[in-house]
Amino acid sequence: MKTLEKPVQQHQKPTGKDGGSFIKSLVRNQIFIPIAALLILVIFNLVADPSFFAITLSQNSAGYPILSGNLINILDNASELVILAIGMTLVTSASGGQDISVGAAIALSGSVVLRVLCGTESRPETLQAPIIVAFLVCCLVAMIFGAFNGALVAYFKIQPMVATLILFTAGRSIAAWINNNELPIISEASFGYFGNFIPGIPVPTPIFIAVLCMIIIALVLRFTKLGLFTQSVGINSESSRLNGINPEFIKFITYVILGLCVAIAGFIKVSRFSTINYSVVAKDIEMDAILAVALGGNALSGGKFNMAASVLGAYVIQFLTTTLFKFNVISSALPAYKAVVVIILVVLSAPIVRDKIAAVRKKLSAPRTAVKEANR
Amino acid sequence: MKIKKILGTVLSLAIAASMFSACGAKPDSDSGETTAAADGGAPAASTSGELIKVGIINNDPNESGYRTANDKDMKDTFTEANGYKASFAYSLKNDEQIAAAQKFVQDEVDYLLISAAGTSGWDSVLKDAQAAGIKVILFDRTIDADDSLYEASIVSDMAQEGQTAVDWLISQNLSEYKIVHIQGVMGGAPQIGRTGALEAQVAANDNWSFVTQQTAEWNAETAQQIVQSVIDSGESFNVVYAENDDMAKGAVAALDKANISHGVGKDVIIMGFDCNKWALEELLAGNWNYDGQCNPFQASYIHDIIQNLEKGTAPSEKVIIMEEQGFDATKITKEDIEKYGI
Repeated sequence: MKTLEKPVQQHQKPTGKDGGSFIKSLVRNQIFIPIAALLILVIFNLVADPSFFAITLSQNSAGYPILSGNLINILDNASELVILAIGMTLVTSASGGQDISVGAAIALSGSVVLRVLCGTESRPETLQAPIIVAFLVCCLVAMIFGAFNGALVAYFKIQPMVATLILFTAGRSIAAWINNNELPIISEASFGYFGNFIPGIPVPTPIFIAVLCMIIIALVLRFTKLGLFTQSVGINSESSRLNGINPEFIKFITYVILGLCVAIAGFIKVSRFSTINYSVVAKDIEMDAILAVALGGNALSGGKFNMAASVLGAYVIQFLTTTLFKFNVISSALPAYKAVVVIILVVLSAPIVRDKIAAVRKKLSAPRTAVKEANR
Repeated sequence: MKIKKILGTVLSLAIAASMFSACGAKPDSDSGETTAAADGGAPAASTSGELIKVGIINNDPNESGYRTANDKDMKDTFTEANGYKASFAYSLKNDEQIAAAQKFVQDEVDYLLISAAGTSGWDSVLKDAQAAGIKVILFDRTIDADDSLYEASIVSDMAQEGQTAVDWLISQNLSEYKIVHIQGVMGGAPQIGRTGALEAQVAANDNWSFVTQQTAEWNAETAQQIVQSVIDSGESFNVVYAENDDMAKGAVAALDKANISHGVGKDVIIMGFDCNKWALEELLAGNWNYDGQCNPFQASYIHDIIQNLEKGTAPSEKVIIMEEQGFDATKITKEDIEKYGI
């Protein structure tokens, strides 16, 4: 079906150079949903209180200049989610399922960072290892756990949700065990730079890290066949095998990449407060990451994906969270508000609904085109 | 090819396993024993002639700093030196806890100490225990069962914790209280207790008001975001009432970012709960103002009760509420931190 539609669409493009077809192709585009969601949130905030968008340059208590404002907070706090959404998109595309263990894996990789930095003490005066070593070890461990998930999914053909359920259940306990159930605190200030600010640079560091990740994944998708291979495996793993792709390996490698994303996100998370709380760190972030993928209009059953849409979806989620904080929604009602918005967004992004909308648009614009044809 | 890949995976798993041992986490010999006990390792009855056998059912020590301290306290008190032979079972699930309790009843322990994960479903196993002459003592959490089924219940009064904190706040004599209230996970006993007293006070006094009242679900980062959004909206406040230490820490991070001073004699009063050691150190340094205790040290109370029961005197009251205090930053000492910090 899709392949049949496409040439038609392309055929239409050059003929209709008027605005209507531009909008039509925009609506057809996958990225339209997260953009529309973002626009709705922006307009809502603009109407309710334009000061929402104010950004000010001020000093923090240490005397360094920093930018503050809701927009900065959104970009800052969405960083981990954005990084996870990148990996989750690839996993979703290739394996047609999601990794629900990322929250637990973040606790785990964060725990590894602290373990390496603290050594045997829980409150060291000085770091026991360079930060870069801690980061690399954390990447390695997270990728091994990613490989564990990936192996279960790719080689043992276990449903992704079931395979990752293992780590989802055990991850936080393992994280606590790595540090002997203690809650290490790092007093070294430079460790906090990665989750907060580098002195003198007014933009939060996580924003830079997230942008860097986006650039890297964009380059990888542009210059390697990773995107093509994951999508073809996701669409039809048998036919991609016949075309010389190794579907097991592609699935496996997407989980390893997600593992790397988890490591980076976990590193930012522990850096934010220079400590960790195993039971609450990155709680429920797996659901937000999956939601980001869904909001991006990507099919959770795998196949085609749009990375930019997923990333935008992650920002939409954080935008929504910050908006709800800003409007002081009653605590007990917060999940309900979030749920309503999510339901609307997800329903709107469902292919069936979008086809319906497109059909309605076509009907509405049909008389106009007929008139135009007649005038010609 | 495939076999090679599988081999590769197995190898990488082996590396993962060795990584852990390399990370130096010593296998916790205590927990090793305890799981064995919970799984029904038969107690060596012959050696425990004069020791009092206690079966302790607790929540997972990883759950929180509170639970870790609680578990450590239990292990330090119920030692052979103190005349006990203790077996431990841990679970966050009620049904697993009940199964462990049944095991302990079969093993004929003398006392069964329970911190229940859930309030219901305990009747039948407690009746079995009663029939077998086993005395039951509840700690930290109560259950829905007839109080004839247990000897005593040693609990924290969360509402009292909230009241103590609010009384302290009243004693600060501010002309106006503009409060940022950061709540825990909605519906839990600590949240309800700590919120209740504050809400009552705000409702009853015109110069008390909430600038915001939201849940950060015990999460420092969420608390930081909430306080940031209050600061960005330009509203002024002079009290942060966070229902645990982590959230207070998150709030302080947001204040630091915005260069708003906090602590003793500063613009914003910081209040936390749970008395983590690091939080009490913040108090000592004057960065925070108040920290309310949630006492995890029930073991000494239980010890007293058991000793009295052995002599034949039952506790005078079924429900024993532990002493809990609030710490003021201007009065706290290093000794307090050592003694009460968890």
